[in-house]
Amino acid sequence: MPAVSKGDGMRGLAVFISDIRNCKSKEAEIKRINKELANIRSKFKGDKALDGYSKKKYVCKLLFIFLLGHDIDFGHMEAVNLLSSNKYTEKQIGYLFISVLVNSNSELIRLINNAIKNDLSSRNPTFMCLALHCIANVGSREMAEAFAGEIPRILVAGDTMDSVKQSAALCLLRLYKASPDLVLMGEWTSRVVHLLNDQHMGVVTAAISLITCLSSKNPDEFKTCVSLAVSRLSRIVSSASTDLQDYTYYFVPAPWLSCKLLRLLQCYPPPEDGAVKGRLVECLETILNKAQEPPKSKKVQHSNAKNAILFEAISLIIHYDSEPNLLVRACNQLGQFLQHRETNLRYLALESMCTLASSEFSHEAVKTHIETVINALKTERDVSVRQRAADLLYAMCDRSNAKQIVAEMLSYLETADYSIREEMVLKVAILAEKYAVDYSWYVDTILNLIRIAGDYVSEEVWYRVIQIVINRDDVQGYAAKTVFEALQAPACHENMVKVGGYILGEFGNLIAGDPRSSPLVQFNLLHSKFHLCSVPTRALLLSAYIKFINLFPETKATIQEVLRSDSQIRNSDVELQQRAVEYLKLSSIASTDVLATVLEEMPPFPERESSILAKLKKKKGPGAVSVELEDGKERGELNGGGDRGGDAAIAASNASTPSPSADLLGLRSAAPVSGATPSAGSLLVDVFSEAGPAATSAGVNDDGFLRFVCKNNGVLFENQLLQIGIKSEYRQNLGRMYLFYGNKTSVQFVSFNTTVSYEIKSRILNVQTKTVEPLVEGGAQVQQVINIECLTDFIDAPLLNIKFRYGGALQNISLKLPVTINKFFQPTEMAAADFFQRWKQLSQPQQEAQKIFKASHGMDTEVLKAKLLGLGTALLENVDPNPENYVCAGVIQTKAQQVGCLLRLEPNAQAQMYRLTLRSSKDTVSQRVCDLLAEQF
Amino acid sequence: MIGGLFIYNHKGEVLISRVYRDDIGRNAVDAFRVNVIHARQQVRSPVTNIARTSFFHVKRSNIWLAAVTKQNVNAAMVFEFLYKMCDVMASYFGKISEENIKNNFVLIYELLDEILDFGYPQNSETGALKTFITQQGIKGQFQTKEEQSQITSQVTGQIGWRREGIKYRRNELFLDVLESVNLLMSPQGQVLSAHVSGRVVMKSYLSGMPECKFGMNDKIVIDKAGKGGVTNEAGKSTSGKQSIAIDDCTFNQCVRLSKFDSERSISFIPPDGDYELMRYRTTKDIILPFRVIPLVREVGRTKLEVKVVIKSNFKPSLLAQKIEVRIPTPLNTSGVQVICMKGKAKYKASENAIVWKIKRMAGMKESQISAEIELLPTNDKKKWARPPISMNFEVPFAPSGLKVRYLKVFESKLNYSDHDVVKWVRYIGRSGIYETRC
Repeated sequence: MPAVSKGDGMRGLAVFISDIRNCKSKEAEIKRINKELANIRSKFKGDKALDGYSKKKYVCKLLFIFLLGHDIDFGHMEAVNLLSSNKYTEKQIGYLFISVLVNSNSELIRLINNAIKNDLSSRNPTFMCLALHCIANVGSREMAEAFAGEIPRILVAGDTMDSVKQSAALCLLRLYKASPDLVLMGEWTSRVVHLLNDQHMGVVTAAISLITCLSSKNPDEFKTCVSLAVSRLSRIVSSASTDLQDYTYYFVPAPWLSCKLLRLLQCYPPPEDGAVKGRLVECLETILNKAQEPPKSKKVQHSNAKNAILFEAISLIIHYDSEPNLLVRACNQLGQFLQHRETNLRYLALESMCTLASSEFSHEAVKTHIETVINALKTERDVSVRQRAADLLYAMCDRSNAKQIVAEMLSYLETADYSIREEMVLKVAILAEKYAVDYSWYVDTILNLIRIAGDYVSEEVWYRVIQIVINRDDVQGYAAKTVFEALQAPACHENMVKVGGYILGEFGNLIAGDPRSSPLVQFNLLHSKFHLCSVPTRALLLSAYIKFINLFPETKATIQEVLRSDSQIRNSDVELQQRAVEYLKLSSIASTDVLATVLEEMPPFPERESSILAKLKKKKGPGAVSVELEDGKERGELNGGGDRGGDAAIAASNASTPSPSADLLGLRSAAPVSGATPSAGSLLVDVFSEAGPAATSAGVNDDGFLRFVCKNNGVLFENQLLQIGIKSEYRQNLGRMYLFYGNKTSVQFVSFNTTVSYEIKSRILNVQTKTVEPLVEGGAQVQQVINIECLTDFIDAPLLNIKFRYGGALQNISLKLPVTINKFFQPTEMAAADFFQRWKQLSQPQQEAQKIFKASHGMDTEVLKAKLLGLGTALLENVDPNPENYVCAGVIQTKAQQVGCLLRLEPNAQAQMYRLTLRSSKDTVSQRVCDLLAEQF
Repeated sequence: MIGGLFIYNHKGEVLISRVYRDDIGRNAVDAFRVNVIHARQQVRSPVTNIARTSFFHVKRSNIWLAAVTKQNVNAAMVFEFLYKMCDVMASYFGKISEENIKNNFVLIYELLDEILDFGYPQNSETGALKTFITQQGIKGQFQTKEEQSQITSQVTGQIGWRREGIKYRRNELFLDVLESVNLLMSPQGQVLSAHVSGRVVMKSYLSGMPECKFGMNDKIVIDKAGKGGVTNEAGKSTSGKQSIAIDDCTFNQCVRLSKFDSERSISFIPPDGDYELMRYRTTKDIILPFRVIPLVREVGRTKLEVKVVIKSNFKPSLLAQKIEVRIPTPLNTSGVQVICMKGKAKYKASENAIVWKIKRMAGMKESQISAEIELLPTNDKKKWARPPISMNFEVPFAPSGLKVRYLKVFESKLNYSDHDVVKWVRYIGRSGIYETRC
């Protein structure tokens, strides 16, 4: 009976599975499983030897139970035993169990690895494949550690079967992706690359996946693959559809391999070797030619395979971007796809064209399809395709077609999907600005934009239009007129009110001559919108009103009335209330002259990157790259002419305000009034509060300096923001200083930069500093090492200059580095006789420096001794006949010379005075040391 | 306000779907199936809230009954209704199974129309329902005008649960006190928690519109009676320690609650046939019919020795029945040997337990089982959680100590007195969750 069931069938398993399937409820299923588990446990108890078949069967059941979602905590050992079986089915089940249920159980992993090793070294290709598959499926670090060295050897060995090679390549790829640091190709590299020449197409396909992955990480090592890939590609491309028997898919020879080859080539620049390049170009041309041929089959698989190769080839052409001929041909090919029946093809064609449009060679060719693309934008049913069409329009836009494209995009905007509206708005705004020849057109476009899609017009867009209007005086009148007309619509968007309020407030006078837009009409128009607006807009309108008072004194009474009304002056919003109160006072107290100065027209804005572009970049990285690149120069000509040279009012503070809202809202003029506002918010950027901390760059700070004459470690400098600690050590003429910069705030310092300057001392001191990180996080400390070499004696200490930005304000701190000549003292011990002999030798008047001074710190003996030792000299005992006196000796080490130095300090306790005498072989040294020391006592 | 009611089979296929309110859409049917019946983890809460819709479900064998609502309803009311619904269906066609539901779906829809109106529960008394929802569809034709008008007056009348003009040759009353004892005991024999939940179920075959009065040894009533009639010596002696403290109780709708509130007396006009008169719960002075003494010893990593003694703790003249002790085994059990003095014991692998069954056992006796469990060493370091040993039994007395003192029947119009009624009283104590930790 067992003999019958011992086929591959495993009837027990089939019965078990059908039992489970027939269970009426979850409970019944659990009961059945519990029963089976108990049965398997009793079988695995160990006292009975199981044959391979039943072991396989039970392991299989366990696997099935595990896959049903139950925990399995036994049977691993039996599965590992199966690995050593000689039967394929048993080994296979063992490997299956291991790859599904393996956990990092140390002893088992060792056994498993052992079994895998045995299989890898066996000559049986199926066993080797099973082992490789298991490694790839598990792909753990332990596996990679154990086999990363072994697999490349199998991969390149000459006698390995093709199927094993395929498995090995893919297994290696898996391990490389999981733990790239463990897979080191090294010596195998060239042999792996040569797998591209393998006879067996399967091996080539597997190997090329591996090579693509490896070469994307380190392209240089695999450079040789380019020529091989090209020759392989050309062989495939030129082959007839029947040549590659098994690898021909619906009349297309080896489509997967071709795609992979083309993708591999995209990792590299165009080949330098002319022959290779020629061959490649030929291949690409053939591919493009083939696309023109009538299809050999009507099956969708045929065209899919063909198009896959074509698109991959086009990507490669775009990647190279050096063959105008090919680029144009590719573009034409894509143009045909634009009207293809297949939605996917249209999508891909539009996407590829976007990249083509950025190439200078094919830009013109792309432009010829503008009508089709516009048509796609209008009629396409699929939203993702419409999105691509919009992207392409944006990419192909230039001066010649800007008006058409912008008009089309604007008209599309009215029906566009909500998801892409904001992006469309940004694109229209950018294109309108970039290609504007005529500013009235620009203003019209943007106002139209606000009218059509006001909700999607972000702050940046209307900031930008105001910036441009302010900077260009030739459009101001037109802008005022257009805005005035636009505001007359019964329902206009809030953004329109903002732009209108701002522009009329600045330039309302330019249209005031017309009785239809007299000051009062303008004001009433604006005020009719007031109550429907949000708080920020109302605040802006209030500012516009005060500007009106300046522009048109005749409106003063009306406006004051409005400001005085309870809804303004007692508004619950603190910002509005404050504005109302302040503007009211300003208008009633200040004379016209003062008003005119305070409410002067806004100065032009400094040039900077368009904030809209920055926003688009943030929204969407790659799509817009090409346009941005040229943007710099284009924008130059747009705004370049707008500088009103004569205007001296360009306040420096205005230029440094960080938020775009600040310079737009024109509150610089109101700032003197509201200088004390605590609630500056996003509207009122208080430039003065920022100027405050920036002014702390006050002169050189050197009170810390003298404290370091006699000590090497301590705190050099401290304020509310920054603490600088110091630690230094000196040996002979060399010194090393560690500076610790501690950020005391919770905000990070940016562009943190320190420099050590020593004006004329380049030949006196040699100072090397290591640069510090430009970012100091809040509460963090950074360390800087300064190496100092003393070349000769010196007086002035080097200066340390620290610059950083704290919350936008630039901080500048200058300190004297506590490097003094006495730091290079080398103590010298000598006997009394010795000392006095030398003392007498240095008896020339210029060699001696003497100072008599009053004690400023008290005259404690121990403190004095410590200070003298800290000076760096040796304190000599029993030398001076008067025990009250202190005598020291030392040699100052500089690179150029050594200067011996003797010191005598005579305290007078009654008078609280000292007499300090210094003698050294160099007069400057005596003088300097004497000066330094005199400050210490 | 129930929005809809669905009945599913074990696969989650809808057997019955009745929507009462517009706010419940068809997708609610699927939401419950996907989130509860087919949920990966078993959903244990009977109330599930999915997308602001509440699902209340009960399960009867393989059948799911789910009530759905979008409103904030009284959950207890909904469950009461669902249980009632089960009772009604059971009394119409027996066991609630997929096949029975499929065979009776017309009837079920008819019932659902009657007992729930715009989501508000209506009369769900089986006896009353059976008068106008019958299983013989053609009966309606033969109903006389009078009968029809009687139905109307009965449904809308004050006593909706009993119709007039019932006549029996032999007036009979059956009264069952059914209790279930729940216990959790520590291995040392300390009671961790214990309570009895009991029901008084009646079956009455009485003529006319009788008025019944039911009395039991409720502590409050006895004490009151004791105080009221101090002179009555006999009454005093019967009270005393025999009375029980009832924690809480609920009554069938026929019981006059006002009278219970004022006098603590239970008087009612009974429905005809089967009904549950009251439910109650007690926690004090419970007679625990059995004591389980476990002894578990682990011998090395691969062996476990279990010894369990059970002692019966009631009058030796009484016989307990259907005794079943369930001893859980570890999950890595690979073999079990059992020896027991009495009854039969078997290792049931599908339930991971040793099940020991004894048919009958008299009071004040003791029996013992011992088992050797072989374990398979596993690489799992988890320790066995040692679930408690549970027990099932049936005893012929009320473990709460409840006694029926009297059940009087008064029928003024028809001429039969209390003495003419044949009364049967039966006590059955069953195990609820009766567990001892080991």
